[in-house]
Amino acid sequence: MSDLSVNFCGLRSPNPFWLASGPPTNTGGQVMRAFDAGWGGAVWKTIGDPIQNTSSRYGAIDLNGVKIMGLNNIELISDRPIAVNLTEIAEVKKRYPKHLVIASLMVESKRETWHDIVRRAEDAGSDALELNFGCPHGMSERGMGAAVGQVPEYTEMITSWAKEVAKTPVISKLTPNVTDITHIALAAERGGADAVSLINTINSLMGVDLETFAPRPNVAGKSSHGGYCGPAVKPIALHLLSSVAKKVKIPIVGIGGIGDWKDAAEHIALGASCVQVCTAAMHYGFRIVEDMADGLAAYMDDHAYRSTENFRGRAVPNVMDWGDLDLNYKIIAKIDAGLCIGCQLCYVACEDGAHQCIERAPQKNANGKRNPNNMEVHVPRIMEEECVGCNLCALVCPVHGCVTMEEIHTGQPPMSWKQLRASQKG
Amino acid sequence: MTLRETAPKLSPEQYEKNFAEISPRMTPRQAAVEAARCLFCFDAPCTIACPTHIDVPSFIKKITTDNLRGSARVILEANILGHSCGRVCPTEVLCEGACVMHEKEEKPIEIGRLQRYAVDHVLDRNIQLFHPGAPNGKHVALIGSGPASLACAAELAKLGYRTTIFDRNELAGGLDTYGIAAYKLRAKDALREVELVRGLGVEFRQKTTVGSDITFAQLEKDFDAIFIGVGLGDTGALKIPGEDLQGVIGAMEFIEPTKVRPFAQLNVGRRIACIGAGNTAIDVVTAAKRLGAEIVHLIYRRGEHDMPAFRYEYDLAKLDGVNFHWHAQPVRILADASAKVAAVECVRTRTESSAGNKRSQIAIMPGSEFQLEVDMVVRAIGQEPVTNFVRAVEGIRLRENGTIAVSDRFQTGNAKYFAAGDCVNGGKEVVDAVAEGMTAAGGIDAWLESPRGKN
Ligand SMILES: Cc1cc2nc3c(=O)[nH]c(=O)nc-3n(C[C@H](O)[C@H](O)[C@H](O)COP(=O)(O)OP(=O)(O)OC[C@H]3O[C@@H](n4cnc5c(N)ncnc54)[C@H](O)[C@@H]3O)c2cc1C
Ligand SMILES: Cc1cc2nc3c(=O)[nH]c(=O)nc-3n(C[C@H](O)[C@H](O)[C@H](O)COP(=O)(O)O)c2cc1C
Ligand code: SF4
Ligand code: SF4
Ligand code: SF4
Repeated sequence: MSDLSVNFCGLRSPNPFWLASGPPTNTGGQVMRAFDAGWGGAVWKTIGDPIQNTSSRYGAIDLNGVKIMGLNNIELISDRPIAVNLTEIAEVKKRYPKHLVIASLMVESKRETWHDIVRRAEDAGSDALELNFGCPHGMSERGMGAAVGQVPEYTEMITSWAKEVAKTPVISKLTPNVTDITHIALAAERGGADAVSLINTINSLMGVDLETFAPRPNVAGKSSHGGYCGPAVKPIALHLLSSVAKKVKIPIVGIGGIGDWKDAAEHIALGASCVQVCTAAMHYGFRIVEDMADGLAAYMDDHAYRSTENFRGRAVPNVMDWGDLDLNYKIIAKIDAGLCIGCQLCYVACEDGAHQCIERAPQKNANGKRNPNNMEVHVPRIMEEECVGCNLCALVCPVHGCVTMEEIHTGQPPMSWKQLRASQKG
Repeated sequence: MTLRETAPKLSPEQYEKNFAEISPRMTPRQAAVEAARCLFCFDAPCTIACPTHIDVPSFIKKITTDNLRGSARVILEANILGHSCGRVCPTEVLCEGACVMHEKEEKPIEIGRLQRYAVDHVLDRNIQLFHPGAPNGKHVALIGSGPASLACAAELAKLGYRTTIFDRNELAGGLDTYGIAAYKLRAKDALREVELVRGLGVEFRQKTTVGSDITFAQLEKDFDAIFIGVGLGDTGALKIPGEDLQGVIGAMEFIEPTKVRPFAQLNVGRRIACIGAGNTAIDVVTAAKRLGAEIVHLIYRRGEHDMPAFRYEYDLAKLDGVNFHWHAQPVRILADASAKVAAVECVRTRTESSAGNKRSQIAIMPGSEFQLEVDMVVRAIGQEPVTNFVRAVEGIRLRENGTIAVSDRFQTGNAKYFAAGDCVNGGKEVVDAVAEGMTAAGGIDAWLESPRGKN
């Protein structure tokens, strides 16, 4: 039987699923309901000097009728007094001693101010601290958030200030809005961070109303760049996670685009000890964690993984430099004529958008399949000699499993670009 | 017409409810969701299956981008009657029947409803998408104002022809206005489309019967080419005793008032028998039920699987609670004392397949007579041709079944005359009449070799 609990920097988390700092963790009431629903931990909505927010403050991108492929916000940190947040943290910890409450902090870049807030958060009973170096909008104009997280020296310095007084684990939360996130991650590690979490939101502007020319989200006809998150950012998060995982030795918390157990498992496979979720909880509520836990446990049982440690980071070594990839590995596309519906999308994609390797031969369906109009279903033909194995047709085909990429044995040993170049030089 | 017993009158709301559109207009959200399902196929089978070859993926894609005007333009360029086609096409056997979603084990895209949704956008706003071409000095007469003529005239007008439509009816539109089931298309909606065509400068001379009110000689003198789009005529006779009694009526005569008169003014029998099982027969029985008839029989001499009506039309009638009498044939209609229909007498039939014959032969089973008590008998065994009057024109050849023989450009045996629609194809769908009318317009243009003016 699998056990979802995680040992994170010496703390036991009932499972790897935490709510990320954001609206779902605004209040003690929400966090307690989330724990009841099954979340293992919650990173409190960032605490600092209370701010005033705009309305509106969120924008979203829908795709083909599917809501919120990507979410953006121009919201700042908590708008509630520090004392109120801390009292509620104490209350939650009293009632839920086995769950993790992590205080997210952001204050002015002054040593004493950081010392003070770290002490107060720990006195309230928080299990760990997350330093918000990521907020890309608003707070950065005030010299906080991403203004810190974009400069390795500041990240290192403030992390070390927190560490000077902290008794609980310190997690530095990284912004993706940098040229090379590994520099920032290493700076946090040098500053003494016990862990890093990533990613915070990505700089974005959601769109423009073409009648009024007001950008979105609309604040009295104006807008400002905000932070992007949700399903659309998962690939970016995974890339940054894998590159950080290759560089740092401290634990990592994966964040960005997680909505189900598979997303979470991918983050774990790329090195995350725990994961955080914000958008999906904002979209569907706390209940989504039930299937996250259930699905992950089933996956682990199927693979005889007793703990997430059994597969954590397993995919990291498979992420390589391009120059190390095998140039002699060859695959070509194959169409299952029995499944093909004759939409010709693979044909037009390959013809216009790739390498002209598919023929629109009006070739009969292998099954002699006909539509209700008694028209024959035309199956395109892959010109196997021409196919470069790029994958595009398999990606556009709307029928699951209809186009597969099959390996061709070239009989040649693996050969990377680096090896090729070395042999050419030699 | 007086009947032995008429169906009780319904409340105005009940009539409206009964004749409410069976396939209502989509909401913007419904349209967005449905349009997003379309795969945007290349060389799409739906487009191939549409007789007017509307670029379906293109117009649906435009719905997803909120470009409804562009969507309507794509539709109407290929089919000026795209609105009514969206409502009345038997899409199950045309575009939607060809949709790849069937192979994907999913519901086909609702192409007809999306099509109507897009065209409604421009009709509601009176957006003029097309303009008459620069006048080329040529004048074409069109006989009949049904879909075939409307499509032909619109095409010619766009090319710069002056066009005049002659039609014997009070209202234009042919069967769109007078024939197609009211729960699919109301006369007022058919007339909106007529206005779209009129907007291209097409002239309408209604209540003018060619052959009597105006002669072919006159037309030949005044016009450079003549298009015949006269459709079909009344329903054929049953040729049985009692056919001339009060209460025996043809399908077209029965349906027409449901389109152009208030429902409450229509008298239908309390019990009705309809003879035949084509799509028109279905329209008769479903209209009869909706008008309040209590018992409605459909009598067909062959079996359920031989019925010419489309499957979903049959389903409609089944849902309406119609009684089907398969393998039965009327032999005489019986009267009450005042010569009004009182019953129809039928015999049972048997179909026998005989070698060399595509359809099986029908044999009557002696001694199997039975009677159905009814107040009204509606004949729906197919429309008769109305092409006899064109025999007056030299060169035009009629086929054995009375349809007009044409070339692939819809030119008749007399080079000045073109013909299309039901009077040529023997009775198909609106969309076929449109496709043929448009091809005929191309044929007329090519024959007249008109120079193209500049707009
Ligand atoms: C009851 C019924 C239901 C139908 N339902 C559907 C349906 O749901 N979907 C569908 O796609 N199709 C349906 N059809 C078929 C469709 O209506 C026809 O295919 C289409 O209308 C044919 O168009 P047309 O222009 O050829 O002829 P018509 O629409 O018949 O138009 C011919 C016109 O010519 C006029 N005319 C005739 N003779 C003369 C003359 N001598 N001088 C002047 N004018 C003349 C007539 O008055 C008429 O207005 C239905 C048909 C019927 C009868
Ligand atoms: C409305 C909103 C407010 C947020 N506020 C904070 C915040 O106060 N502090 C913080 O560290 N991150 C904040 N975030 C970022 C999230 O914690 C998280 O890093 C990001 O949304 C990516 O995860 P997701 O794809 O699961 O949403 C906020 C995100 C959203 C959508
Ligand atoms: S994309 Fe897939 S379903 Fe469509 S034609 Fe190609 S192989 Fe067939
Ligand atoms: S066949 Fe169906 S899915 Fe493909 S373009 Fe036509 S309507 Fe869309
Ligand atoms: S005209 Fe009729 S057949 Fe053609 S696409 Fe539209 S609904 Fe389908």
